[in-house]
Amino acid sequence: MDLTLYVWRQNGPEEKGKLEQYAAKNVSPDSSFLEMLDEVNEELIGEGIDPIEFDNDCREGICGTCGCVVNGVPHGPQEKTTACQLHMRQFSDGDSLTLEPWRAKAFPVIKDLAVDRDALDKIIQAGGYTSAYTGEVGEANQTLISKPDADYSMDAAACIGCGACVAACPNGSAMLFTSAKIAQMAVLPQGAIEAAERVNSMTEAMLDAGFGNCTNHYECEAACPQGISVKFIAKTNREYVKALAK
Amino acid sequence: MILDGKCPTGPIEKTWDKHCFDMKLVNPANKRKYKILMVGTGLAGGAGAATLGELGYAVEAFCYQDSARRAHSIAAQGGINAAKNYHNDGDSVFRLFYDTIKGGDFRAREADVWRLAQVSNNIIDQCVAQGVPFAREYSGLLSNRSFGGAQVSRTFYARGQTGQQLLLGAYQALSRQVKAGTVKLHPRTEMVDLVVVDGVAKGITVRNLVSGEMESHWGDAVVLATGGYVNVFYLSTNAMGCSVTAAWKACRKGAFMANPCYTQIHPTCIPQSGDHQSKLTLMSESLRNDGRCWVPKRKEDCEKTASEIAEGDRDYYLERKYPSFGNLAPRDIASRAAKEQCDDERGVGPGKRGVYLDFQSSIDRVGEDLIRERYGNLFEMYEKITDENAYKQPMRIYPAPHYSMGGLWVDYNCMSNIPGLFVLGEANFSVHGANRLGASALMQGLADGYFVIPYTIGHYLAGVTPGEVTDEHAEFAKSREEAQARIDKLMNVNGKRSVSSFHRALGKIMWENVGMARSEKSLNFALKEIPALREEFWQNVKVTGKSDQRNGQLEDAGRVADFLEFAEVMATDALHRKESCGGHFRTEFQTDDGEAMRDDENFCYAAAWEYKGEGKAPELHKEPLKFENVKLAVRSYK
Amino acid sequence: MQMLQSSIGRKLVMAATGMCLVGFVIVHLLGNSSIFIGANGINAYAEHLHALGPIVWIFRVVLLGLFGLHIFFGIQLTLENRAARPIDYNQKKNIRTSFGAETMIYTGLVILVFAVYHLFHFTMHLTNPEISVSALPMDALGRNDVFTMMILSFQKFFISSIYVGAMVTLLLHLSHGVQSLFQTFGVLNGNTLPIMEKIARAAAIVIFVGFISIPVSILLGLINV
Repeated sequence: MDLTLYVWRQNGPEEKGKLEQYAAKNVSPDSSFLEMLDEVNEELIGEGIDPIEFDNDCREGICGTCGCVVNGVPHGPQEKTTACQLHMRQFSDGDSLTLEPWRAKAFPVIKDLAVDRDALDKIIQAGGYTSAYTGEVGEANQTLISKPDADYSMDAAACIGCGACVAACPNGSAMLFTSAKIAQMAVLPQGAIEAAERVNSMTEAMLDAGFGNCTNHYECEAACPQGISVKFIAKTNREYVKALAK
Repeated sequence: MILDGKCPTGPIEKTWDKHCFDMKLVNPANKRKYKILMVGTGLAGGAGAATLGELGYAVEAFCYQDSARRAHSIAAQGGINAAKNYHNDGDSVFRLFYDTIKGGDFRAREADVWRLAQVSNNIIDQCVAQGVPFAREYSGLLSNRSFGGAQVSRTFYARGQTGQQLLLGAYQALSRQVKAGTVKLHPRTEMVDLVVVDGVAKGITVRNLVSGEMESHWGDAVVLATGGYVNVFYLSTNAMGCSVTAAWKACRKGAFMANPCYTQIHPTCIPQSGDHQSKLTLMSESLRNDGRCWVPKRKEDCEKTASEIAEGDRDYYLERKYPSFGNLAPRDIASRAAKEQCDDERGVGPGKRGVYLDFQSSIDRVGEDLIRERYGNLFEMYEKITDENAYKQPMRIYPAPHYSMGGLWVDYNCMSNIPGLFVLGEANFSVHGANRLGASALMQGLADGYFVIPYTIGHYLAGVTPGEVTDEHAEFAKSREEAQARIDKLMNVNGKRSVSSFHRALGKIMWENVGMARSEKSLNFALKEIPALREEFWQNVKVTGKSDQRNGQLEDAGRVADFLEFAEVMATDALHRKESCGGHFRTEFQTDDGEAMRDDENFCYAAAWEYKGEGKAPELHKEPLKFENVKLAVRSYK
Repeated sequence: MQMLQSSIGRKLVMAATGMCLVGFVIVHLLGNSSIFIGANGINAYAEHLHALGPIVWIFRVVLLGLFGLHIFFGIQLTLENRAARPIDYNQKKNIRTSFGAETMIYTGLVILVFAVYHLFHFTMHLTNPEISVSALPMDALGRNDVFTMMILSFQKFFISSIYVGAMVTLLLHLSHGVQSLFQTFGVLNGNTLPIMEKIARAAAIVIFVGFISIPVSILLGLINV
C-alpha cells in the first residue's frame, strides 16, 4: 500500500521545526510501523536527504525507547501497542499519517522525532526504589506477599517508561509514570517502609522537571502501551494523604 | 600461549568462599578515591554499577540508550533460575551446577559455574528486597515454572516480563546511587575505544551520540558489560543497537575473544514474514511448558491449515526424539530439530520455514483462562505481529539468533587478559560453555553484577594507586584522534550503498554459512565473502548527515564496520573447532541420528583469539578445561 | 504549607473546595426549589436565612474563601499545565477525556462571572433595581417578596437565558469535577472509577435540570404571580 507521511523535522532542540511531506510506497501490511520508516529512510538516503531520526531499540515493545505521535495519538491508533509493535495492517492504502515527537517542556526535541527523556530518570532517582543494600537481605520467602498484592504491584511495574502518558496528557503531566512506581512499591511490604517519603519526593521531582499537574483527563491510560491504569494515580493520592497524616 | 583461568583449587563447594577470603580488600575510606568506569547498564552493568556505588567507589556508567533502564536485558521474558528447591523436587546448588555444565556441553569452567549456582539464591533474595514483583502463589510464597534442560522447577518469573522487572530493580538501585552521588550516568554515549596505558586498561574514549563529540574518561578499572554480538546475523532477537563494538575495540587493544563461534539460536521465535523485516521476535521458552512442537508427518499436508491435519498425521518430533525431556529439550537441540523438520520439507507457513507450537492440549487440560494468565502478553504480542490468534490455532515458530555464549576471555575474577579490564554478563565467555540454558542469562548477569565484581574488583584495585593515570596522559589524546579519524573516514567514503544493506548482506553470509549448521565448506566460503564485503563497505558505504550531531546512520555504520571485522574471527573459530558441541554444530561431526559429536580429546578447551591486525589471521590461545566434579559424558536428553 | 506547593496537595485543595462548593450548590438548589411551593415557600426560606444574622455572614466568608482557593489554584494549575507544553501538536486526538474536562478553566471562569452577576442581580439589586425586593411591596405576611422578584426577573427572556446558559457551564464543570474529586481523594479503583464517572454525570444533570427548571417554569408560565 501507499501512504503519505507528514513528518516533523527539527534539527536540534533550539531550532525551529516543521512538517515535511514524504511518500511511503509499496508498504507491506505485515511490516511494522518502524520498518515502514526504515524503508522511507532508505529512499531518502538514496535521494540524498537526511533520514528521519527516531528513537528505537528492542522493537518488541518492552524497552520503551520508541514512540511518536501518529495522527494525534501517541504510538498510533492501536490500543496498548508501542510504535514498534504497531503493524501497517492497521492502516489502509492512501492514508495520510502525521508524525510528531512527544511534545512537552520536560522532553526537549533532540532531532526530528527523538526527544530527551532524562526527566523520567530524574523522577525515579528522587525515590523510585527501596533502600536495600546488596548483600544479606533475608530469605526471599520469609516475607509473604499475597497474590492479589503481587499482581497489583506487577500491573503497576509493567510501565516501560516510554513517556506516551506525558505526550497524551493535555497537561503534559507525568503523573501516570510517577504513580505506577509509587503504587508498585507502596503495596509491597519492602516498599511500604519508605512510602511516605517516596510519594513526596517523586511528585516534587515531577514538578521540578517541568511536567504539568494531573487533572484526571485519563488520556494517559488510553495512550499507555502497557495499559497502566489510572487507579494507580488514585492510589498515589491516597499515599499522599497518608503521608500528610504522618 | 596456554591461558590460566586462575581458578581456586580444592573442593568445589568451598572454592568461592575460600577465594572471597583470600582476595585483598580496599579500605572503606579509600574506596571513593578509585574511579571505576562501567560500560553498559543492563543486568550485569546496572547491578554492578549500583553495587560498586554502594560500596563507595566513584562509578561512572555509560550506555548508548537514552536511559539506563532500556538495556536489552529488559526484553528477557521467561525467568531466572535459582537453586532454592522450594518445590522439594530434588534441586540443589550442585544440581544447578551440574545442569549448567551439561547444558553447556562441557565447554565451561567448573569453578565459574559453581559460583554462579551458589549465588543464584542470593539473587532472588536481593531482587525481592528491591521490590521486584515476582509471581506468587495464593499462599504468598514465590512461584516457579519449568524451563528447558532441567527436570526441576527452579525458574522464578514476573509474568512474561522477568527481564524487565529484574532490570528495573537494578536500575532503581542504580538510581539510588545516582541520587547519593556515587554513580554518574552517561546515557546516549557509546564507547568507541579502550585506552590502554603500559598494558593496563586505564580508560575509554566515548562518543556523545547527541553532540557527536569524542570524550575521554579515565578510570582505575574499566568494566565492560556490553552484551552479546548476535546482531552479526542482522536478523536476531537482539535490540537494534546491540553490537560487538565495545568488546571488539577491546580486542583491537589486545583483549582475547573467546569461543566466538558459540552462538545460541533460540528455538521459539516468530518466523520471518518478509524482506522488510528488521528484527526477529522471541516467544519465551516458557511456552514450551504448555506448548507442543509438531509438523505434519507428510509433506503434502504442509499446505493444509493446522486444524485440517488429523492427530495421527502430526509428528510431535521433540517428544518422539527426546522422550524424557520432550518439549523441554535444551535450546540448541530444539532449534536443530526444528531446522531438521524444515530441511525435510515438512515446515509450515510462508516459505515453509516454521513449525507449530500447539497449546490445544494444554487448553483442554487446564482451560484457556489459566493459559491466558500464564502467557497472555506473549499471545497478544504474537497476534500483533502475525495477526493470528494462538488460542484458536497453533503458533508458528522458527529458530533465531538470540544469545552469544562466547565473548571476551576472562579469568575467574572476571578480568580479561588486559589487567584492569573486567568483563561481565553476556559480554564474557565464562559460564555457559557452548550452549546456555533458559533462564540462566539473567542469573549470570545479576550474579556477575551484584555478587562477583564487587569482590574481585577490590582485589585488583587494592594493588593499584588511585588516579595514577588520568585523561591527561598522551594515550587518551591519541585514542580520541584515532576514533575521530575513523568517524571521518566513515563520513568521507560517500559511496552508493546504505549502511543497512551492508548489514543485511553480512547477516545473510553469517546465517547461511556460520548459522545453525556449519561445515568446512560453508565456513571457508564465509571467510572469503566477509573480507570482500568489508572492502566494499569501506569503498561504497553511504553515510548521510553530519558527524557533529545525532546521526543514527553514522552510529550504525560504526557498528557494522566492527561486525565486519569480528565476523571473520567468529568464522575462523568455527572453522578451527572440528567438533560439534552445543550451539556450534558442524555437519561433518554428527552421529548417525543427527546428534552433535563432541571431541573431548582434541577440543576440550576454550579458544581465545588474539587480534593481529586487519587482514591478518588471529592467533589462537587455549585454556584447557578440566572436569573434576562432573564426568565428561555424551550429553543426552533422550 | 508544603502541601500548597505540591502537585497532589493543590489537587486535593481543588477537590476539597470543589466538594464543598458542590455541597453549597445542592443546598442552594434545595432552597430555591421552595419556589415551587409558592410565595409562602421561598419567602419563608429567605426570611429564615436573614434571621440567622451573623451566621449568614460567617457562611458567606467561608464560601468566599472556598471560591477564592478554588479559583486561585485552578488558575495557577492551569497556567503551569499550559507551560508544560510550550509547543502544541499540529494534530492531537484525545481519546478518553471529555469536553467538560477540557474546558474546566473556561466553564469555571464563566461560572465566576455568572456568580458575580447573580450577586449583583438578586443580592445587591444593582442590575435590575426596578424588580428588586426593595422596589417591590412586602408580601401579605410582611416579608420581602422574593417570590415576585424571581417571577418578574425570569419572565424576562434575557435574564432567564443568562441563567440557563450559566447552568450549562455548571453542568459541564460538574460533569468532570464531581468524578474527578473522588479520584483525587483516592477512593476509586479500577472497577469503581467508570461507575463513578456515570454517577457524577447523572448528578451533574440532576443539578442542571433542577436549576433550570425554575426559569424555564416561569418562562412557560407554570409559576405565576
